[in-house]
Amino acid sequence: MKLTVQGRDAYAYTGGKPFDPALPCVVFLHGAMNDHGNFTLLARWFAHHGWGVLAPDLPGHMRSAGPAPAKVEAMADWLLALLDAAGVKQAALAGHSLGSLAALEAASRAPERVTRLVMLGTAVPMPVPALLLDLGKTDALAAIDRVVMYSFSTLAAKPSYPGPGAWLRGGARALMRQVLAHGRDPMLFHTDFAACNAYTHGLEAAAKVRCPAALVLGSADQMTLPKGAVAMAKALKATVHTVPAGHFLMQECPDGVLDALRTALT
Amino acid sequence: MAGPSDPGFDTLALHAGAAPDPATGARALPIYLTTSFVFESSEHAASLFNLERSGHVYSRISNPTNAVFEERMAALEGGVGSIATASGQAALHLAITTLAGAGSHIVSSSALYGGSHNLLAYTLARFGIATTFVKPGDIDGWRAAIRPETKLLFGETLGNPGLDVLDLPVVAAIAHDAGVPLLVDSTFTTPYLMRPFDHGADLIFHSATKFLCGHGTVVGGVLIDGGRFDWSLAPRFPELNQPYAGFHGMVFSEESSDGAFLLRARREGLRDFGACMSPHTAWLMLQGIETLPLRMARHVENTRKVVGFLVAHPMVAAVGYPELEGHPSHALARRLLPKGSGAVFSFDLKGSRKQGVAFIEALKLFSHLANVGDCRSLVIHPASTTHFRMDDAALAAAGIGPGTIRLSIGLEDPDDLIEDLNRALKAAEKAA
Repeated sequence: MKLTVQGRDAYAYTGGKPFDPALPCVVFLHGAMNDHGNFTLLARWFAHHGWGVLAPDLPGHMRSAGPAPAKVEAMADWLLALLDAAGVKQAALAGHSLGSLAALEAASRAPERVTRLVMLGTAVPMPVPALLLDLGKTDALAAIDRVVMYSFSTLAAKPSYPGPGAWLRGGARALMRQVLAHGRDPMLFHTDFAACNAYTHGLEAAAKVRCPAALVLGSADQMTLPKGAVAMAKALKATVHTVPAGHFLMQECPDGVLDALRTALT
Repeated sequence: MAGPSDPGFDTLALHAGAAPDPATGARALPIYLTTSFVFESSEHAASLFNLERSGHVYSRISNPTNAVFEERMAALEGGVGSIATASGQAALHLAITTLAGAGSHIVSSSALYGGSHNLLAYTLARFGIATTFVKPGDIDGWRAAIRPETKLLFGETLGNPGLDVLDLPVVAAIAHDAGVPLLVDSTFTTPYLMRPFDHGADLIFHSATKFLCGHGTVVGGVLIDGGRFDWSLAPRFPELNQPYAGFHGMVFSEESSDGAFLLRARREGLRDFGACMSPHTAWLMLQGIETLPLRMARHVENTRKVVGFLVAHPMVAAVGYPELEGHPSHALARRLLPKGSGAVFSFDLKGSRKQGVAFIEALKLFSHLANVGDCRSLVIHPASTTHFRMDDAALAAAGIGPGTIRLSIGLEDPDDLIEDLNRALKAAEKAA
């Protein structure tokens, strides 16, 4: 689905069905250096079970025009503008990693518009090592490899994602390389991860959130350690779902994440 | 070259895609010899069919044993995933038909395995897919042959019969400049000797029957996607970036930016043409792959010793192995194949067809048959077998002499192989 958001072209995957703004809406927000493909199975499931689904590419990522927002706050404003563009008054927001911070910030800025908040693979704050930020400036491909190295917990995640026969590490690396090449912004890696690093007032934002919230965490996540989400869970009074996975939990444990989201969104 | 994000090649060859069986604790991979998989509920069934969940439905489309083979091959090649097929020919057919249809065009290296040449030159032509053949080293020829309807460029990492090394970086750049992907047959090199994705290829297939299996037991193939070709922007590929009526209007490039090709190949080509691999075959392939790095290193080591022997023998007119300085692809081999140029090569025996036959019949360790990549050493004399209907002039046009012998060097003691060859060369000399 093509939209115009804040005057620029934007794309949102709708789960294999035309988007209907009259249905309960859920928005899936991908993380740094990724695109909507992180959520296609979940998007398809919810779109075929009574929901209107928007899984956008963030600005500067694949099909949505750039530049990429340098701050989580700007992503949140873009997200709320996306809802306006799609004719959506209220929506549930589910974000992964960087996307979880954007969802949190949007829920704090416009609490009346957010019906549920789900933060996947998250920690607040979400500090990024200076070495990785620097590597993202000088050698984005090497930085991508470093992220892939820390994002998976196993060499044999079953049944794999989006289907059997997919090699998750290869898929993650190829997608991030495509995002980098497609955006023609050699600093995109640094921009995304610096945005994670700079977002330090998550607990203050959480205090403004009014809707029910849930956290879905990977028990073996090395990028956003589960202990880094404890304070956020308390601040949001969130239910916490833990699945056996690393940071890319939607890929390593798709059924477990679906079960958690079905509980969290209904 | 494994990047910092992956374990080493030898580790991946043993572990990628497989873990102890969660149901039984079995350490070795079980063979899931079942056609189909029970649904948990009607809702679960519907969600599997509609790609709302990942999982297995029917073994023509996917199977847990095959999936381990597919994930392992993708890991070893540095790809995003792969599809196991009934044979290498089936893998080539699946690659082409996922992208091409009547009216499409392919640019292919002329240095091909005979089966691939037949498919392109005759069979696919009957279905409206045309192919222009160019010599693998004719760089301008590759570029000039591309048409608006060209869907892919295709070549072998080590071409038949002369072991021409494909200049992958250059040919890949030509393909990408034109907005088309490069498909390569990497059967002779395996990911141990070369990972074509690292040099710009977009799609790889193998006749897994050969070195991947490694034991001459089962026939199979595999098609691997590097996941780096951006199908979403390519007007040549409506198959991947426009709605597909055969799967609920799915737009594959929207479903997955990196996995669109494999989604369509599995949901269309594997589903409809049905050239799937048996789970039993996948298990045997994995048994072979577990020792691939050990075997390939030994294959190459033995080959170098045999090549050295043949080069010095007075009954041998020429040896065609890229590591030899006189080979046309020597420089490319040094650059692209530093770990070795494989274990299949040809040499020219001095003398007649009759002497070639005498050579073959005197061999005891080498098996006379039409295959390569076995752990046992193999030999064939094209002039008296695969090309026996050709006269000497026709043979010469195909790059084959009356005394051309093709060897596939196995894992035996190399001294025994050399002794066997030495005896057969003497027999050939006497048959003059």
